[in-house]
Amino acid sequence: MIAIVDYGLGNLRAFSNVYRRLDVPHCLADTPAKLAQSTRIILPGVGSFDYAMSKLNGSGMRETLESMVLERRVPVLGVCVGMQMLADSSEEGVGKGLGWIPGRVRRFPVHDGGASRKYPLPHMGWNNVIVDREAALLSGLDAGARFYFLHSYYYECADSRWSLASSEYILKFSCVIGRENIYGVQCHPEKSHRDGIELLKNFASV
Amino acid sequence: MNMLIPRIIPVLLVSKKGLVKTVQFKESKYVGDPINAVRIFNEQEADELAVLDIDATVEGREPDYRMIENLASECRMPLCYGGGIKTIAQAIKILGLGVEKVAFGSAAVDSPELMKGLSGQVGRQSVVVVIDAKKKFWGGGYDCYTHNGRKNRGISPFDLAKVAEDHGAGEVVVNSIDKDGMMTGYDLELIHNVRSQVNIPVTALGGAGSLDDLGRLISREQIIGAAAGSLFVFKGKYRAVLINYPSREDKRRLVAGIA
Repeated sequence: MIAIVDYGLGNLRAFSNVYRRLDVPHCLADTPAKLAQSTRIILPGVGSFDYAMSKLNGSGMRETLESMVLERRVPVLGVCVGMQMLADSSEEGVGKGLGWIPGRVRRFPVHDGGASRKYPLPHMGWNNVIVDREAALLSGLDAGARFYFLHSYYYECADSRWSLASSEYILKFSCVIGRENIYGVQCHPEKSHRDGIELLKNFASV
Repeated sequence: MNMLIPRIIPVLLVSKKGLVKTVQFKESKYVGDPINAVRIFNEQEADELAVLDIDATVEGREPDYRMIENLASECRMPLCYGGGIKTIAQAIKILGLGVEKVAFGSAAVDSPELMKGLSGQVGRQSVVVVIDAKKKFWGGGYDCYTHNGRKNRGISPFDLAKVAEDHGAGEVVVNSIDKDGMMTGYDLELIHNVRSQVNIPVTALGGAGSLDDLGRLISREQIIGAAAGSLFVFKGKYRAVLINYPSREDKRRLVAGIA
């Protein structure tokens, strides 16, 4: 059973739609009890870093989530801001992240004049994802894999070994990260057609 | 090659629960069922989809949450909804129905502070401003209109784009009323001048009649959203209704042609 953490943020329905079509058992978890029954966890998220962390902290599920991920080693996939929350901190806010994959969330550099006219922010749209290292989560994705992005901040891993795939916009950044049972994707697999479905299918069996 | 791929976005207008297409914001023609159109764009793997309820503001009513929920649960690509949103609570409710972005038209002119409050909570990336611009009858320049092109707001699209950016919008859709439904090409000057005002993504709407029109826009602006209504719901010079979208191969050619 894949639990999609329902702490009031993120497009939960998009994930359940994908898993319904794939015929993979899933549920929306809005209580520690529901969360505790799962064997895989998706942590979605949109909005600002501090707001998302405060919603998660106020959901009553954080303790259960931590014990499942850090002690029972249940695979977890953070998506978009859900991925950024895996970091220690973010330049977008002042609060602390979960710190499960050490790193810092940075703002894309903004230049005056020409360059930022050329590269507007947020980074919005479909971009190529280049696999950095082999991982079960990325199995079946070829060099032309494209995912939908919508963000102004990116994850800077403390250790480059945790970067599983990268993308490029203004600079090269990690868009899929993984450390043991903990994964994060900056892009939106739930809205990325066939490549996104592939990734979510892979997550159901990592 | 690693680069951001230009977004090609069908825009669906909803009126009286049906899908319609207008010409210069008038002559609204029924072209089908919105859910059916979403299903076809799913199959075609469209980059994004925008749904605009063109009655809501004019009728002074709330967004049709039931319809939005139905569309969102069917839609497998990023979805933007616009029409009749006047409060932060309404916008948050809509985002909770499974929509990625909410678009403001008249509210962006009336109460730009609303967008600031909203983007503080949900993030800039989910806040879109749609600018309906029309050439001035006398002299040069443009005015912004709301209420389906009926109310001249006396502000230029370039100023409104700047207001939108300064108040937390993450995207501006610039729609040419003069070009709407004409299928003779985008108003490239209008789009270029809006694009040069802001550092947030800009999406062009109004006038696209062929993939070449999209190509011309993309080659000039590079990172731009290319949105269209008529192009993706009509086929041929007699405007037979046929929901369509460029294939992956077509899109590759379109982007390769500009590199």
